[in-house]
Amino acid sequence: MGRGVKMNRSKKPKKREMWYWLFLIPSIAALLFVVIIPFLVGIYYSLTNWDGVNPTKFIGFINYKSLIGDQLFWNAIIFTAKYAFVFIIIINIMGLGLAMLVTRVIPGKNLMRTAFYLPNLIGGLILGFIWNFIFVDVFQTIAEKTGIAWFNGWLSTTNTGFWGIVIITAWQMAGYVMIIYIAYIENVPMELIEAAQIDGASPWQQFKNIIFPLIMPAFTINLFITLSNSFKIFDQNLSLTKGAPGNTTQMITLNIYQTAFSQDHMALGQAKAVIMFIIIAVISIAQVYYTKNKEVEQ
Amino acid sequence: MKKGSIKKYLLCILGIILSIIWISPFYLVLVNSFKTKKELFTSTLGFPKKMLFSNYKQAASDLKLGESFVNSVLICIISISIIIIFSSMAAYALQRVKRKSSTIIFLGFIAAMLIPFQSVMIPLVAEFGKIKMLNSAGIVFMYLGFGCSLAIFLYHGALKGIPSSLDEAALIDGCDRFRTFWLIIFPMLKPATVTVIVLDMMWIWNDYLLPSLVINKEGMRTLPLMIFYFFGQYTRQWNLAMAGLTIAILPVLIFYFLAQKQIVKGIVSGAVKQ
Repeated sequence: MGRGVKMNRSKKPKKREMWYWLFLIPSIAALLFVVIIPFLVGIYYSLTNWDGVNPTKFIGFINYKSLIGDQLFWNAIIFTAKYAFVFIIIINIMGLGLAMLVTRVIPGKNLMRTAFYLPNLIGGLILGFIWNFIFVDVFQTIAEKTGIAWFNGWLSTTNTGFWGIVIITAWQMAGYVMIIYIAYIENVPMELIEAAQIDGASPWQQFKNIIFPLIMPAFTINLFITLSNSFKIFDQNLSLTKGAPGNTTQMITLNIYQTAFSQDHMALGQAKAVIMFIIIAVISIAQVYYTKNKEVEQ
Repeated sequence: MKKGSIKKYLLCILGIILSIIWISPFYLVLVNSFKTKKELFTSTLGFPKKMLFSNYKQAASDLKLGESFVNSVLICIISISIIIIFSSMAAYALQRVKRKSSTIIFLGFIAAMLIPFQSVMIPLVAEFGKIKMLNSAGIVFMYLGFGCSLAIFLYHGALKGIPSSLDEAALIDGCDRFRTFWLIIFPMLKPATVTVIVLDMMWIWNDYLLPSLVINKEGMRTLPLMIFYFFGQYTRQWNLAMAGLTIAILPVLIFYFLAQKQIVKGIVSGAVKQ
């Protein structure tokens, strides 16, 4: 008797086991073969002399050491960090400003939202080509017609290349940031604002003391999304400047790509890719801690 | 009262001006796609004097539009279907069976979202090249690998709102797990499915880097890949390039105007939950 009951019990979980793993296996297999294994193998490769042709030999940290003197790589990191700093400030001001505008009761606000969001639907590669045309050809025409020198020579210097990338990505992602702000602004209770208006609060006071604290979570989300996005930008960089002039507008991802696929230094490129992972991981972990702490405070 | 309405007008005018600035790049692409090369140089900003459709004919044939468009659509539809099927099943198993292995596997999927694509692309392409999987099947499998984490996360959250008493009732009635999930639970996950479709559609349709590494071969190329070669070919012939870009933008715009509400909802829930 006792044995029979036991057998029944051990049979039941087994049946459950079957469907459980069948449901899971395809996703686990894909994640393993596409992300986890290449990631781990990649860390190993970054410690070898792998070039895709000759036999691979373990060489320790030589690739990482050689990065210290890699001027192009440092240039790309500094360029990307500078870009991230400028981009985050501009995009959040723009996104919040647009969101404040289109949450007012004004005619045509839905059409405006559509217009502001439009560029975000289109791939970075195509956007880069569109602006390539605008910066090079349209700006040139405007310069000739108006004689304003500011419109001359865009994308031909490091500085205009930098601002070119800032302008195109801000134009692209302002609508995205705006949508997240809108979602939070629309949750601010109208009674609170009306009460403040009756008490005679100025629009700035209403914004500072009522709206802003309530949309703080949107600010955090946008801050970290834009921060980690700005380190992953590739398409826009490739189609707008391709690093020109002289690789001075090359961002981290383009530098990794060219090291591995144009120069065939696979192991060195992978060492750079590991460093990029560390940067992204630090940003993401900072976000998790920051959000957790905020939740505890509230 | 009067002061308020003046302010409203000013804000409205500001909004209109900003909107016009925002869509002006698309205007420039569109008007210049109908011009001759000469007209484009003499009047870049104005309307075309005569609508020239031959630019489109040339661009469509250079982009191998029939082929690349079909490639893009197929890869998009098949990848998204596979992501939806397998991610929803995985999320169901992880959410309904409460035990340690579920928690660990779920956290594993979430943690994998930390890894940026560029950190795995070099070994990924090398390993898949070794087993001769740099083809359409390979890229669909890769999209499942890169896309399943977020999809599982979204489905996992949605499943919490569906009581498991529903499953139990179906199971008692003799339904097996497979049918219980597909016939009863999956239809109730529709909002999450729409979010996954929207986010993945915008990602996969516009993706350049992964296809350029995996299916960059004659006959397999997607629209973004063809655009890349096309643009390199025509940097001195902007009118043709603009026709090509218009062709590439058009499907996305149509999709947006058809599904605007779902897209906005999908963006918000995708971003807020990340």
